[in-house]
Amino acid sequence: MSTFVLNEDRLTLQKVTREFVQRYVRPVAAEWDEKGETPLELYRLAVQHGFATFAWPKEVGGLGLPFLYQVVITEELSKGDVGIANTLGATSFAGRPVLDSGTDAQKQFIADIILKQGGMGSFALTEPNAGSDASKIRTTAVKSGDEYILNGRKCFITNAPNAQFFVLFAKTAPERGHRGISAFLVERDRPGVSTGKHENKMGFRLATAGDVVLEDVHVPAENLIGVENKGYGLAMKILDYSRIGVAAEAVGVAQRALDLAVEYAKGRTTFGQPIARHQGIAFKLADIEMRIQAARSLAYQAAELADAGAAGFGKISSCAKAFASETAEFATREAVQIFGGYGYMKDYEVEKLFRDAKLLSIFEGTNEIQRVITSSYLLK
Amino acid sequence: MLNILVCVKQVPDTTVIKIDPVTKTLIRTGVPSIVNPFDAYALEQAVRLKEACGGTVTVVSMGPPQAKEALKECLSKGADRAFLMTDRAVGGSDTLATSYILSCVYRKLGPFDAVFCGKQAIDGDTGQVGPEMAEHLGIPQVTYAVSVEYDGGELKVRREVDDGWDVIGIPTPAIITVNKTDELPRMATLSSALEANRADIEEIHCADVADMDMDRVGLKGSATKVIKTFTPDRTKQGVKLEGKAAGDAAKELVALLADKQLIS
Repeated sequence: MSTFVLNEDRLTLQKVTREFVQRYVRPVAAEWDEKGETPLELYRLAVQHGFATFAWPKEVGGLGLPFLYQVVITEELSKGDVGIANTLGATSFAGRPVLDSGTDAQKQFIADIILKQGGMGSFALTEPNAGSDASKIRTTAVKSGDEYILNGRKCFITNAPNAQFFVLFAKTAPERGHRGISAFLVERDRPGVSTGKHENKMGFRLATAGDVVLEDVHVPAENLIGVENKGYGLAMKILDYSRIGVAAEAVGVAQRALDLAVEYAKGRTTFGQPIARHQGIAFKLADIEMRIQAARSLAYQAAELADAGAAGFGKISSCAKAFASETAEFATREAVQIFGGYGYMKDYEVEKLFRDAKLLSIFEGTNEIQRVITSSYLLK
Repeated sequence: MLNILVCVKQVPDTTVIKIDPVTKTLIRTGVPSIVNPFDAYALEQAVRLKEACGGTVTVVSMGPPQAKEALKECLSKGADRAFLMTDRAVGGSDTLATSYILSCVYRKLGPFDAVFCGKQAIDGDTGQVGPEMAEHLGIPQVTYAVSVEYDGGELKVRREVDDGWDVIGIPTPAIITVNKTDELPRMATLSSALEANRADIEEIHCADVADMDMDRVGLKGSATKVIKTFTPDRTKQGVKLEGKAAGDAAKELVALLADKQLIS
């Protein structure tokens, strides 16, 4: 069956997600956007309905859904609120290094936190001086007997304020550059772990992000994820996949902006007719639609290549991430324009979408980094 | 332990339906089908009761094969098994024939301790199928329920009436039709929805039901004959008191109402 005609399961997942969004997400999104915090009750409800672990394998309680299905769900969740979608996505994503290379005990530990306690996970790579250039992290993990002692500071870490565990990257061999980085499973309640006040962000305000500070944190050797000094490769592999999720979030934000703009343009009248009848507005709607269709197609393509394990999927996932996030910026900007003065008011959802969209071209590898990746495939 | 049968109908989503101004019939093309909302409330009450005191919830629908979609949705929202009564011979059944067929299905699939139905379907709005089933089966019924409890002996049904609530004790088996309740029907989880997609929904045909009187099903068994459907024309125009000062308009309005003897 064609990728672009949704099969029964994908239609079902789309419908269930839409219902969840309609009943639980939309009614509270504006309120929590104002507060700038993650609604934990909503988060737990979403976890119970399967929205944090649909990408995880069945052995640990997930649904084992292929990327193509994940894109459908993430788009719909993001139409409700991209911040909560990202909070759930970040938990799922934090689990991936463990599920990929961790021990059974580590897998069980994170699965229990998420599925039994409705807890949260957090992927901690970025540091104040190591964003796009992640190999320059300074956090250290020094082996001492059967422990590692961690010191350093992570920043802009999604879910940090609420997470029960961190999948955290630190230098175990600082002299070896990116070949000296290892991944650790760090429990929040370990002495020496603290998280500062979370950031007051422009958008994505239902997703919290903040610092993770490590001061002489003693972590048993069994908390090492995978092989020592192989952490960077693990992080990059996961990031290749996470870009598909960002593309899906971006398509959701863009589609929501378009849906609202279409509805408004049909109802708002100027010069004796609905503004949708003015070609200046109708063409804007068409332009948004074209770009969304293209962005969604790219996201589906990246997902299908990832599911097939095809070589070169990293290029397409970069293309999808950058194109879809720029589509979200375009769509929300034009939607605000169509709403005119109302669109600039916080009472209207397009204002929030406009703020939310901006992050999509910055995080998970800026769009400039996506262009570095894409061009590196061309210039090999 | 309670074994409950829930009867559900797949209906067009009337919130998006339009009526053809020329033929006066429903335009069904492109209209999504949903589980009749009152049936969804009935299912939720049944599932809650099952969760409270154990047992099973079986759903049944009568309709074309596409009604399996509605049954799958019920499976994703707490029902344990689902059956579709489908047969060319039952096409055109009115509420009398439908309730007869469903009571035959009840006998085939039973025994049950209770049957839950929505108070009415949003497409026909008759509210007759549940009560008629009770008559066919000769069992008691309570209509317009908003909550149901079970104390091991009888069902305690709370129903809405104009000036408050009745709480009625009723022995099992019984039929209960359910109104809109405070508890929203639960949502499917991603996992329950996918599982429901894989469920095997058994079809029941007339031949599978022992002793079904074929004169009582379909058009032949229907007492209702639809001669014509139409949208009533709006003939009466209201009276508008325009362009007057508020005080004058009020006086004129009072005079008008008094003249019609609506106030005195």
